[in-house]
Amino acid sequence: MKFLSDRALERLREGADEPDLAGTRYRLLDRIARGGMGVVYTAEDENLRRRVALKVLDLPGTNGDLANRLIREARVLATLEHPGIVPVHDVGTLADGRVFYTMKFVEGRRLDKYIESVTSFPDRLRIFLRICDAVAFAHARGVLHRDLKPANVMVGPFGEVLVMDWGLAKILRREASAAEADPDATIFEKPTQPPPAGVTAEISVVTGHGTVMGTPGYMSPEQARGDVARLDARSDIYSLGALLRFLLTGQPEAAPNSSGPRLEKSLAAICTKSTSASPADRYPNVQEMALDVSRYLDGLAVGAHRESILEKAARFYRRYRFFILLIAAYLAMRVLILIFMHR
Amino acid sequence: MSEEDLQPGGDRFPPTRRSVIEAARSIDAGERERALEALCAAYWKPVYKYVRWRWNRPAEAAQDLTQGFFAELLERELLDKFASNKGRLRTYLRVCVDSFVMNEDKAGRRQKRGGNIPHVALDFAAAEEELGATVIDPAKIASPESLEAFFEKEWLRSLFALAVEDLRELCEQRERTRTFHLFEAYDLEGNEKSSYEQLSKDYGISVTDVTNALAWARREFRKIALERLRELCGSEEEFHREARAAFGWDAK
Repeated sequence: MKFLSDRALERLREGADEPDLAGTRYRLLDRIARGGMGVVYTAEDENLRRRVALKVLDLPGTNGDLANRLIREARVLATLEHPGIVPVHDVGTLADGRVFYTMKFVEGRRLDKYIESVTSFPDRLRIFLRICDAVAFAHARGVLHRDLKPANVMVGPFGEVLVMDWGLAKILRREASAAEADPDATIFEKPTQPPPAGVTAEISVVTGHGTVMGTPGYMSPEQARGDVARLDARSDIYSLGALLRFLLTGQPEAAPNSSGPRLEKSLAAICTKSTSASPADRYPNVQEMALDVSRYLDGLAVGAHRESILEKAARFYRRYRFFILLIAAYLAMRVLILIFMHR
Repeated sequence: MSEEDLQPGGDRFPPTRRSVIEAARSIDAGERERALEALCAAYWKPVYKYVRWRWNRPAEAAQDLTQGFFAELLERELLDKFASNKGRLRTYLRVCVDSFVMNEDKAGRRQKRGGNIPHVALDFAAAEEELGATVIDPAKIASPESLEAFFEKEWLRSLFALAVEDLRELCEQRERTRTFHLFEAYDLEGNEKSSYEQLSKDYGISVTDVTNALAWARREFRKIALERLRELCGSEEEFHREARAAFGWDAK
């Protein structure tokens, strides 16, 4: 029997990992990323001559939990045709027995990386509103994302914002078929590699209800408890609140003892309301949360925060600063003219 | 459309090999023997190298202990005591090896064995040569993680070597010996300078033929290795865990 060197072992592992695309219309190009379930590659669709992203499971077989999850993810995506949600093109099984699906190849940057180049708060909030649009659309179709975080949002070269990775999505609709139904357990995937600094990784936690899915910092308390049956849109709202806080402060959770960056009270109130421990204290739906953010952008009072008279005055001043300054300048000029004429 | 509809031909990877754990508990003596043979084929080298490295035993003593261990595995029906829901078979066997060596030391036994072990050719000279080629950092010997890592690496080497051997036989059966030579030249013995172009020149075939041959060989290798792995696991869950470890999916 042949002795295999360490190098040969590595090459065998690499070779065996490559998906066998024989019999499909795809040609493998490059490897993009590895997730909990498998690997994402770029491939060329040889019929349509376009680049696609191909997500393929590690292990063969169409009947395992992971295969079902991948197929579910593809089917969930197929029901969500929205400019803010990455479209799925195809799902099937490779010659080597592994389940795959292809989706639009998004040539962009992850939100947590992209945001470093966006310094203006209003621009960050506008990106957030586009995420809200996509999530609200999914909720309207009865789908919860359950893993909203900056790493699962991509920003394209033309500023398009896409919500990715619907692998943990939960179908809320009663008419969902058994195949689409939510897995009863909640799973927290073990991190496949050490997370980059500042990025919260998924961890593995087993609760009394099963294994938990999600990402600490972005996951609602009820999701962290594995209380799958009670999850609804407000669980995603918690994640959106954490995501909003990340966009504004760089951290998904409020810094203790006010040591982190200071947020304006109305923005801080939106974050706090969305990430309330009790779902009943959060926004009832994404539209209301987005409306509050839009009101802030328009200089209006937000529903999450009751303003004092001083705060109202300050906001009034900020909103109408140009006219107030114009009138003040006009009045000052008139006063100066009067003084000058009385001399 | 059901999940099965995605694959008209059904699952390409049926569990064709029965788990050695189940087979070792069978009432059929022949099946039990075959299970022990499969286990011994995959584990004797890791066990031998482990005894040499971890217990610092000379070659002759390590050979005796390795044979003794597999004989004991059979005699004391140790596989019956393995609970696949509580851990990995690999870790269980390593712990059994440790206990066995310690007990042998206490008893001061040094008997020649070999009568009851499964009928697997144990080429200790080759194992000794391989051990000489293995780079070991002496500073790490004491760490429990390094012991586990060493045993895992040698187990993987043994598993992949068996799968390569199966692949060679398959290629011979299907008259694809050139495919195996290409696989050997590129995946087993290749270096940074190896290329499909060079192989196509060496074998007088097109680059596409090289690509197709290697894709086929890798697919078959993967399939064979997974089947062998499934055979060596006690449960589907353990198989998934071990497959992730064997192919490095957890580390990437």
